[in-house]
Amino acid sequence: MRVAGSTTAGNMTKTLFEKLWSDHEVARLEDGDSLVYIDRVFLHERTGSVALESLSSEGRVIRAPSRVFCSMDHIVDTLPGRGDETLVPNGKNFIQSTRQASRQAGIRLFDVNDSEQGIVHVVSPELGIVQPGCTLVCPDSHTCSQGALGALAWGIGSSQAEHAMATNTLVVKKPRTMRVTFNGQLPALVSAKDMILHLIARYTTAGGAGYAIEFAGEAVSALDVEARLTLCNMAVEFSAFTALIAPDEKVIDYLRGRTYAPGGANWEAAAAYWRSLHSDADASFDREIEVDCSQLAPFVSWGTSPQQACEVSGQVPVPDAGLEASDSTTLRKAFEYMDVQPGQALRELAIDGAFIGSCTNSRISDLREAAAILRGRQVASGVRAICVPGSQAVKREAEAEGLDQVFTAAGFEWREPGCSMCFYAGGEGFGAGQRVVSSTNRNFEGRQGPGVRSHLASPATVAASALAGRLADPREYLP
Amino acid sequence: MKQFTVHRGVAAPLLRVNVDTDAIIPSREMKLVSKHGLGEGLFAGWRYTAPGGREPEPQFVLNRPEYSGASILLSGRNFGCGSSREHAVWALAEYGIRAIVAPSFGVIFQGNCERNGILPVVLEDAAVQALAAEVAPDPQRCQVEIDLQQQRVLSPAGHSYGFDIASSSRQMLLQGLDQIGSTLQRLDEIEAFERELRQRRPWLFEL
Ligand code: SF4
Repeated sequence: MRVAGSTTAGNMTKTLFEKLWSDHEVARLEDGDSLVYIDRVFLHERTGSVALESLSSEGRVIRAPSRVFCSMDHIVDTLPGRGDETLVPNGKNFIQSTRQASRQAGIRLFDVNDSEQGIVHVVSPELGIVQPGCTLVCPDSHTCSQGALGALAWGIGSSQAEHAMATNTLVVKKPRTMRVTFNGQLPALVSAKDMILHLIARYTTAGGAGYAIEFAGEAVSALDVEARLTLCNMAVEFSAFTALIAPDEKVIDYLRGRTYAPGGANWEAAAAYWRSLHSDADASFDREIEVDCSQLAPFVSWGTSPQQACEVSGQVPVPDAGLEASDSTTLRKAFEYMDVQPGQALRELAIDGAFIGSCTNSRISDLREAAAILRGRQVASGVRAICVPGSQAVKREAEAEGLDQVFTAAGFEWREPGCSMCFYAGGEGFGAGQRVVSSTNRNFEGRQGPGVRSHLASPATVAASALAGRLADPREYLP
Repeated sequence: MKQFTVHRGVAAPLLRVNVDTDAIIPSREMKLVSKHGLGEGLFAGWRYTAPGGREPEPQFVLNRPEYSGASILLSGRNFGCGSSREHAVWALAEYGIRAIVAPSFGVIFQGNCERNGILPVVLEDAAVQALAAEVAPDPQRCQVEIDLQQQRVLSPAGHSYGFDIASSSRQMLLQGLDQIGSTLQRLDEIEAFERELRQRRPWLFEL
């Protein structure tokens, strides 16, 4: 007699990550690597043309060009009336060679002023290119954002992008699994950005190293799809291989009817499969973390690493006397670069700039969140405030709702879609020594321009700070 | 990718520790949309007298006439640490470097070398120093030979040093297969998997 026993039970329970992995594992190789099938490749103009040109110079062909996409986002200017000319030295060269290489390769390009152009990680979900259960790679570290829809999506290097295009596979070492459960309900004006900044501040930027992380729990289920993209976006700042969230009805509703989403008879089959994509009840993870969201408050970074962050109402920490020499040197360097004093209240820090944009927080819900605070108010004098919608679609939707009017009336610049001042590549940046509150994901030295001091925060916190002329808690502006 | 079986050439000593990828190719030198054209920027900060300039710094080892045409680098531990930029390896390859002998390497850099036909040889510091000393009197004549098949380095005076390398890396370099090449050897397996995936999840192929 066959007993439904331990041998099968152990093998049958799987985490969401393991389900996606085994659905795409072509072969196990030596040295613990696997050959993993890749469904979609996304490129951008900063690294895309190098990969495409190198492939063709080696005489390799792209196996499935219809599943390779490219967007102009990193180098393209975001000033109104833009063309191929950019402020980035040699930028035009990158744009034009990407265009040419994309045409030759026969891949789908979202060109500078196309109606579908935008930041890769904004465009991919809104066009339904990333889907639950698919594997998607891009030579960009924030590709982990796209795991928010229940996909296995991660950032890769340039040679690996070539490998993925030429073979539809990658050689990857299987990461370990972690689940981060966010319990409870988020208080008003506390957002996904605050959740992820809190997680990184508490467990450090190394906390997720070597893991594929599933975000779960009541507070994650309550987030809309766009906020989930924000949460997963900064998994790379947590050093994770990637992050993912089990798809639910919100994801299915979100995808229905999108340009590249399954159509016709395939839609029902796909949706039925997507509904099965969740970790089994008794699946075990290599590590589990729980976070209580009911106590969270708006967060802001004060240093030069995303882990150097605390509540907006808090203070710059005073270093412990018992710190290792190397740690206290790191802290001292951060204080110096950021021009902050140990024990100083963050709300005392006057700002010169405010930036809303990037693949972290430039979607329509982010702009609505900021606009709700800005409506009928004025940015403090001396603050340069900029809003850069993440895509043409976001920009159109915002303009249809009149959000552009709210931003410009408050004193914000209203830009064309792209990465813009999220990162500095020799073109546009805030000035040296300027203090900027920013809805982006990296506050490294020089990230937004040489000498620029970046404070990461949610769009609501950026908006409130722009009004106050200093770092501010958005709840000061509750209606 | 270039095969690596046996290579004999001029070996240049760059005996510092922690030569990072930013020193190998400074980011200001990465201005082209290509893997090519980087050779000129190799070690630019040390090789030229001024940042962005092209006037050779006469003291830098690769500019000294006795080391001209060097194809092997001898260096200190942790060579290629820092940023993961593959441009560092592309620059070395274009300049003509075929092998680097050092006590240890940055992990990502080491993998990038193997994917681009450059052999990273791990030898103890004492052996690297001894090689450099043997080469010094007349680098053009006192060449170093590296045999990947036999896994050994032969010094100008005939001393032999064995070295270890992962078998998959060794195979890749010996056959001149890049990873794409070796994966494409499994194309049948990939295609069979793809057919089966297409049946299971047809919508993934609908684009
Ligand atoms: S918005 Fe910033 S973080 Fe996102 S892809 Fe662009 S440069 Fe990278």
